Amino acid sequence: MSQATLRIQKISGHAGAVPGDGMYRDIKEKQVCKLVDTTTCIGCKACEIACQEWNDLPFAATMFDNTYQTMPDTSWNFWNLIRFKEHVRTDGTMMWLMRKDQCMHCADPGCLEACPADGAIVQYANGIVDFQSDKCIGCGYCITGCPFNIPKFNPSTRKVHKCTLCADRVSENLEPACIKSCPTGCLHFGTKDDMKDLANRRAKQLKEHYNFPNAGVYDPDGVGGTGVIYVLHDITDPELYNGLPKDPHIPWAVKLWKHPLKWLGNLAMVGGAVGLFVHYLKVGPKIAHKNGNGAEGRQ
Amino acid sequence: MSETTGAMLPNNRVLRYNFRERMVHWTAGISYVYLLMTGLAFWTPWLFWMAVALGGGAVSRMLHPWAGLIFTFAVILMYGMWSTQMRESAADKAWWDSINNYITNQDEKMPPVGRFNGGQKLLFWGFFWCGVALLLTGIVLWLPQSFPAVVRQIAIFVHAAAALITIGLFMLHVYMGAIFEKGAFDAVIRGDVSAAFASEHHRLWFDEIARETSAKR
Repeated sequence: MSQATLRIQKISGHAGAVPGDGMYRDIKEKQVCKLVDTTTCIGCKACEIACQEWNDLPFAATMFDNTYQTMPDTSWNFWNLIRFKEHVRTDGTMMWLMRKDQCMHCADPGCLEACPADGAIVQYANGIVDFQSDKCIGCGYCITGCPFNIPKFNPSTRKVHKCTLCADRVSENLEPACIKSCPTGCLHFGTKDDMKDLANRRAKQLKEHYNFPNAGVYDPDGVGGTGVIYVLHDITDPELYNGLPKDPHIPWAVKLWKHPLKWLGNLAMVGGAVGLFVHYLKVGPKIAHKNGNGAEGRQ
Repeated sequence: MSETTGAMLPNNRVLRYNFRERMVHWTAGISYVYLLMTGLAFWTPWLFWMAVALGGGAVSRMLHPWAGLIFTFAVILMYGMWSTQMRESAADKAWWDSINNYITNQDEKMPPVGRFNGGQKLLFWGFFWCGVALLLTGIVLWLPQSFPAVVRQIAIFVHAAAALITIGLFMLHVYMGAIFEKGAFDAVIRGDVSAAFASEHHRLWFDEIARETSAKR
């Protein structure tokens, strides 16, 4: 990990090529990844506090709604939330499911796809998807483009915020603040390949030794894989963990809008303008004169 | 016929649009051009410079919805002024059947029409219904965190699609009004057209005004 990993490989709302895209050596080994093992999370919220502290975010009032969840949802000043769910299994036993919810840092980010502002959302060579607030115009399209409901709008600054995966720390060879604070070791950080390997080994262990036959790794293909992966007790039902989507992908309406509609629309606009120009060259103006009824007047 | 729909003026001129109609038209027109430029900036990175030129992306994003409300207000007034006159008539059917003659400037072969021809009526209803869609979806895009995801997703697509339809209508309208049809631009600035313009392009309307004027004498 070095500042070279902060070279930009994708830019939102950008006309033309991305400078540097494809001109460096293979970046595969530079892909960073956060591994969240939901099976060993105790819900202590140390990562929530570490996130607030490192990112210098103001503390918001917590809410007690008879759960072990700090507040109902992430917000513009609260990027990392341990979602809590009390789950009763078919055999009558009970589980407390804790899921660390934050930006997933998708390989194909829906936020970046939907964003119209040049450079307001970038993806670095290490895979981190980062918002550039000075370029953000506050349109909120990223909120609609995101399949995980992560970007949150700050009404007073009219900017959208989310987890940065501590890009500032990562580029200096440090792990993200949440990882550093975790007391149980349920959070891990490293290259995508290493984390995938570790996650798969843990899932295998859960299957073979802990009676979780459906244990598995959540790294959804629909968004090209993510920079945050989960080990789940039951990979067949990710929705159980407070709405982790089973098959997340960039919304079809956003894809239709950004691809076919855009090219058809641009073609129609340019074609229409050319057509009207050619029409004028060929046919000329329409002048009312033929009945000689004072047509020489102001035309 | 009431005075809002036309009158004979001295020097062989005919009043086509009164002051109120012109004001409403330009309220819609100027707000639409602002919406068009800021909207196109958000539509494609190639045109994002328009938002920069108009004060920056954030300013454009903040003002675009308010300009939309001004445009909506003008369209509501237009609906009040013109919706009855914009109803399709038998004359429009004949006009559409003869559209090729209109396009190729063979106006002597065109059937007579009233105050608005079929094309103008299409423009009006196209803008009206797209305006309704743009308003409804625009409110969703304005306050994204107040609506569920699926509503926002549909709105983002419909807003762009409806805007594209209005852009097509707008291009035709500007071409017809300001470039192609001589005398039409004067009508919406100064309000009047020549008697030749009125009788050639809107014969039924012109005859009615002429009858009314001679009846008064």
